[in-house]
Amino acid sequence: MNAPLLEVWDLCAFYGRAQVLFNLTFRLQAGEVMALVGRNGAGKTTALKAIMGLVSASARQATFKGHSLGKLPTYKIARLGLGYVPEDRRIFTDLTVEENLETGRRPAGSGRSPWTPERLFRLFPNLAEMRGRRGSQMSGGEQQMLAIARTLMGNPDAILLDEPSEGIAPVIVQMMAEAIRAMKAEGVAVLLSEQNWAFAAGISDRACVIERGEIRFQGSMAELMANETLRAETLGV
Amino acid sequence: MDPAFLAVQALSGLSSASSLFITACGLTIVFGVTRIVNFAHGSLYMIGAYTAATLVPRLLELSFGPVTFWAGILASAIIVGLIGVIIEVLLLRRIYGAPELFQLLATFGVVLVVQDLVVQVFGPQDILGPRAPGLRAPVEILGRRFPSYELVLIAAGPIVLGLVWLLLRKTRFGVLVRAATQDRDMVASLGVNQALLFTGTLFLGAFLAGLGGALQIPRVSANTGMDLSIIAEAFVVTVVGGMGSVPGAFLAALVIGQLQAFGILIFPKSTLVVVFLLMAVVLAIRPYGFFGRAEIIGGTHAVGIASRRPLAGRSFILITLMAILAAFPLVADAYLLKVATEILIFALFAFSLQLLIGVGGIVSFGHAAFFGLGAYGAALAVKWYGVSMEAALPLGLALAALGAALVGAFVVRLSGIYLAMMTLAAAQILYAVAFQWVEVTGGDNGIVGVWPSPWASGPIPYYLLTAVLTVITVLLLKRIIDAPFGYSLRAARDSEARAEAIGLKIRQHRWFAFTIAGAAAGLAGGIYAFSRGSVDPSLLGISTSVDALTMLLLGGIQTVMGPLVGAAALHGLRDWIMPLTPLWRLLLGLSIIAMVLIFPRGLVGTVRDWWGART
Repeated sequence: MNAPLLEVWDLCAFYGRAQVLFNLTFRLQAGEVMALVGRNGAGKTTALKAIMGLVSASARQATFKGHSLGKLPTYKIARLGLGYVPEDRRIFTDLTVEENLETGRRPAGSGRSPWTPERLFRLFPNLAEMRGRRGSQMSGGEQQMLAIARTLMGNPDAILLDEPSEGIAPVIVQMMAEAIRAMKAEGVAVLLSEQNWAFAAGISDRACVIERGEIRFQGSMAELMANETLRAETLGV
Repeated sequence: MDPAFLAVQALSGLSSASSLFITACGLTIVFGVTRIVNFAHGSLYMIGAYTAATLVPRLLELSFGPVTFWAGILASAIIVGLIGVIIEVLLLRRIYGAPELFQLLATFGVVLVVQDLVVQVFGPQDILGPRAPGLRAPVEILGRRFPSYELVLIAAGPIVLGLVWLLLRKTRFGVLVRAATQDRDMVASLGVNQALLFTGTLFLGAFLAGLGGALQIPRVSANTGMDLSIIAEAFVVTVVGGMGSVPGAFLAALVIGQLQAFGILIFPKSTLVVVFLLMAVVLAIRPYGFFGRAEIIGGTHAVGIASRRPLAGRSFILITLMAILAAFPLVADAYLLKVATEILIFALFAFSLQLLIGVGGIVSFGHAAFFGLGAYGAALAVKWYGVSMEAALPLGLALAALGAALVGAFVVRLSGIYLAMMTLAAAQILYAVAFQWVEVTGGDNGIVGVWPSPWASGPIPYYLLTAVLTVITVLLLKRIIDAPFGYSLRAARDSEARAEAIGLKIRQHRWFAFTIAGAAAGLAGGIYAFSRGSVDPSLLGISTSVDALTMLLLGGIQTVMGPLVGAAALHGLRDWIMPLTPLWRLLLGLSIIAMVLIFPRGLVGTVRDWWGART
């Protein structure tokens, strides 16, 4: 097996005195899609935030492309090539679509063809029609596409994608799935946090089931599909 | 009215609007990105004026001409920009995550430091700069002479607006600044180094402040009062325009410039009052100013007193303390008694502020308003109605309570930085009234001859009276803090939404707290007036408000008894150090900054932590 792209071990996080994550350990290989699945409140979002250094009370060992993430500030983690798309999307609502893309722009690593607004507009045709529109005048689904496109502008090797299907129309969820497949085809690994089981199952190679801040299962998506008892117990599906 | 006069008046309104906008624009950009209300912005403006007034004449000696003049102005602004970078790297960078109160105090510390440094560097005298070459002759407008330099200033405002607009819209730096104004964490998640972005923003903000100051040199001489007068106006512009909004600042500056130009015709002496009234009205109608947004209010971190188990043997400690207070006159001389009296008065003043800030999370930056109202209320009653001290003290208290009830009705609708600015505005309005309504208040000289009744005069009786009133009021306030009312305030402080959801009428509680705190501050002010025999406008000034805040900070904002200790410490230090050095403000400023950076829990808090760790 190749050296993992992202390796996380003993990830713990706290909100005040309450511990919400307990020693999560997992790996993300280059170019794969892995889903963190689990019920609402299981700790999926916190795990992604903690990897990015956005949870102040967290302890983790993590490496990305062989670099220790240690106590690196968030922007340096992002500059290593780890993109992050937050759950609430956090589009800059005062900025236009093109300006939002500009905020994410970072040079591509050697030997990669960089993402440009034009390429991203082909990936998300809806955005192409509203280049000058402000973020505040976009629908939830459009904002979600823009959030992903904005992160891709940084030419990441991997993306932490938090609940991309939440609160958006089914037809857009479908487009989102296609976009993730397209990203994968470009060699971008995706760590997906998802409550929408069908969506996660349709696009992920591997899965990691989190329950109350602990990992209950880790393995291929096919294995998890086969294990109906575990699914019923931890996910209710 | 003469149309030519009106035209000239409108033009001079436009030129002061331009100057004001250039300065306020920097303040609003810095706030938008860093969420820090930079008190030192006025100091940067002042440094800009001093630097230009010193630098430009020397340059003009080398080569006289308009190019040299404008190059000198620009160079001064760049120097100030670099000073802004130094301030960001040394101080601001360390307090981005601190509660707003600490940020305001720390940058006010910079104001104090700069005041002394400017005198050290440029000398104590005002410096009049040269007039601009090529713009010395006035122009005629409808038969009236109008300085041509003012016309250039009128153009400068829109030019700066245009350039700032281009910078913010058309450059990557500008796009990132606007993005960071909305969501700093997200910008970092996209790989942007915030430290660089913030340093760049501070350079831009300080550059604009320096430019605003440097452009003044042909009109007014650089003087040591410029910092606080411009910062008050710049605050109003940014708040009225909406914090963080550049077009808002431009619009607000235009309105305020005209209001000042024509307000003179209606209230000849009270342009300040008109300006601050505008702010009060705008905030009452639009709590976030013209173009401000709810999410950009700053100050989301409330700090305040924490609940803890009552100390064992506290009634014993209390009785001992009261006995020490009562026995103090047996050992102290008249001077010490006077110091002790003032410490008690300020302890009461600071304690009343603790009810607002520590308990209610209402960060008032104008608590001096009620201290001053109490003092003036008592003094006016003595001067105009000849009443005795026994009647004047309650009258002062009543006036302060009334004032606090009125101001509070506005203030409790606001939150975060808008609230701090509104309370500051209220205090500044009263300051302006006391300063400018000479016939009634005596203006700058204040009111003299405010002496206590015979039975209470003399150091010992007055000290005892002060001690009794202070102890009773503090105990009463302590009772209020520990009552369900106090707990409701703390609930509202820690989570407004949850407090409302359990059925608390937050605004009503806050309004009540504001009134009570104002009344207690008014009592302190009244006692102070009789202890000194006089009142003057400085009692209502920004520095009196900051004194109270410093006492809270020094004593420890998370403890109930902190303000009492802080009052003693600050007052004691001042009495001890001030005679020794002319650089008192520098020392005080540095101490405030040091306290915010390394000692934010204050004296009582630190001792308590140490005690807690030991046991």
